[in-house]
Amino acid sequence: MTAPKTLYDKIWDAHLVHEAEDGTCLLYIDRHLVHEVTSPQAFEGLRMAGRSVRAPEKTIAVPDHNVPTDPDRLSGIKDEQSRIQVELLRTNAHDFGIELYDVDDVRQGIVHIIGPEQGWTQPGMTIVCGDSHTATHGAFGALAHGIGTSEVEHVLATQTLIQKKSKNMLVKVEGELPPGVTAKDITMTVIGRTGTAGGTGHVIEYAGSAIRALSMEGRMTVCNMAIEGGARAGLIAPDEKTFEYVKGRPHAPKGGEWEMALEYWKTLHSDEGAHYDKVIEIDAADIAPVVTWGTSPEDVLPITATVPAPEDFTGGKVEAARRSLDYMGLTPGQKLSDIEIDTVFIGSCTNGRIEDLREVARIVEGRKVKDGIRAMIVPGSGLVRLQAEQEGIAQKLIDAGFDWRMAGCSMCLGMNPDQLAPGERCASTSNRNFEGRQGYKGRTHLVSPAMAAAAAVTGRLTDVRDLM
Amino acid sequence: MDKFTNLTGVAAPMPLVNVDTDMIIPKQFLKTIKRSGLGANLFDEMRYDREGNEIADFVLNQPAYRSAEILVAGDNFGCGSSREHAPWALLDFGIRCVIAPSFADIFFNNCFKNGILPIALPQEQVDILMKDAEKGANARISVDLEAQTITSSDGQVFTFDIDPFKKHCLLNGLDDIGLTMERVDDIGAFEARQTAARPWL
Ligand code: SF4
Repeated sequence: MTAPKTLYDKIWDAHLVHEAEDGTCLLYIDRHLVHEVTSPQAFEGLRMAGRSVRAPEKTIAVPDHNVPTDPDRLSGIKDEQSRIQVELLRTNAHDFGIELYDVDDVRQGIVHIIGPEQGWTQPGMTIVCGDSHTATHGAFGALAHGIGTSEVEHVLATQTLIQKKSKNMLVKVEGELPPGVTAKDITMTVIGRTGTAGGTGHVIEYAGSAIRALSMEGRMTVCNMAIEGGARAGLIAPDEKTFEYVKGRPHAPKGGEWEMALEYWKTLHSDEGAHYDKVIEIDAADIAPVVTWGTSPEDVLPITATVPAPEDFTGGKVEAARRSLDYMGLTPGQKLSDIEIDTVFIGSCTNGRIEDLREVARIVEGRKVKDGIRAMIVPGSGLVRLQAEQEGIAQKLIDAGFDWRMAGCSMCLGMNPDQLAPGERCASTSNRNFEGRQGYKGRTHLVSPAMAAAAAVTGRLTDVRDLM
Repeated sequence: MDKFTNLTGVAAPMPLVNVDTDMIIPKQFLKTIKRSGLGANLFDEMRYDREGNEIADFVLNQPAYRSAEILVAGDNFGCGSSREHAPWALLDFGIRCVIAPSFADIFFNNCFKNGILPIALPQEQVDILMKDAEKGANARISVDLEAQTITSSDGQVFTFDIDPFKKHCLLNGLDDIGLTMERVDDIGAFEARQTAARPWL
């Protein structure tokens, strides 16, 4: 008998091309997703060395980070540098034979939304992208992680990556989530507990009944933020929900191959007794709707709490907390639910899917965005946008006072014109609250879509349970 | 990629934890399609005010550290995005070595692809080097990759760990893609096996 393996061990072993004596491995990559910001220098490198893309049929390209989200964007991108990046992606995709979901294509969207949506993302695969939130695809039981531009070039040229194996970490969430608590609260609570370096050197497998109970979309939200916990990747074992989600999508296996794939996918789970180097257990009943108060994703507290003081921390975190509070313009002891906001951003690869928009619509139905609040919704893809329009959700959101935008990364990182002004305070469904992330001196509070909806209605950070 | 063998230089102290890639190089500079020229915008929002004037007390603006080649920092350095623009900006500024208690994974890997040596040391040792760095331009720190040692300005020697393969590549300035290309037959054989066993891929 072979030793019991984790899901990570199984996927790793199935993709090993070569292992050197010192443990340096060459890992085969099944899918490579490319966007406009981290790829220009990689394609330039290929051209300079006279290399081609080894497996263009395993590569897709989409512009998402830079694209404007205003409805008239097809008239052209005004920012010259952004326009050049998007045009260069088009040229590179064309020259190297890569499928492109261009700005005018209804399938265009955030790279981590469209991979699953188009069926590119499947269980058991290795998936990489020059973007740290590639971890999202781990929700399907795929080993997916972000890489730098040199590695993008390496994968384009060789369809492999030089890697050392990470350690196994298990995050087990058992029990039932209380009302008003969502996948976003789970993943943020984990980071609050373990810290942004808690998963460093590890691949996290999320398991337990609370994880299994999540929809595929919720699972993507959980895995998306594995990187904020420092992990290389997040993983969830595939099950019937996963197979159901993948089935029938444009790039999903068909016919006899579907049956073969299904048989294989059913073996993709950690074996009984498999070894984990680190285990975190959380009771779902203990999780509350959370918000961030600082400028690191680990600065997480339940909405019922108060702003902490620097002295509540130890080591380097004391100074970091002082700096954060200063940047965020907050006073220790202040109730989190008293913090007034200027802006609400709903979108990103964390929470830009149809279920997120349905959740927002459910909360704001019969209510209005508070006067003076800028509230913007950026669907994760053109297809999400279309579906929301067909379901009548878009109209409800527009009626409530939300600005209904085109698909892209938008204010998640503000590379396009959607940015916070200095001092502007935002409740955001994205994944990073770093200084300047959403705009120079902008202030970000990370929340779930339900909490963002509640904040839009009241104009302050609000416990969504009060509106339910 | 340039080789990295030895380095003796001024070390800039940055005693902050969780220095993220948005701090190292803010997103507006990711619109470039080149690798060079980012040094001027390294730590842009900490280094300049809105009008583009230098903020005098930011470490790299202080006369002693304007030509720093080493950075000593807090835990979890380089967390956040996968942008390789972060090591490109450090390199373009002239920083070839970063010393911290821990690094974020992708940033750590990206450094090696660009001839930058990231060194993780226990907190107590980083604290000693941080103090050393705070002494200014005369306190030069030496790094010897071959011997895997760091020597502080007053002669204290610390050893550090490094992955042998990464060390080899840095010492010789080797390009990963070239090395992997030598295994093209293995890759082909893997693809043939995978296509037979899992044709849907
Ligand atoms: S939505 Fe935000 S986190 Fe996701 S890929 Fe875009 S910029 Fe990155």
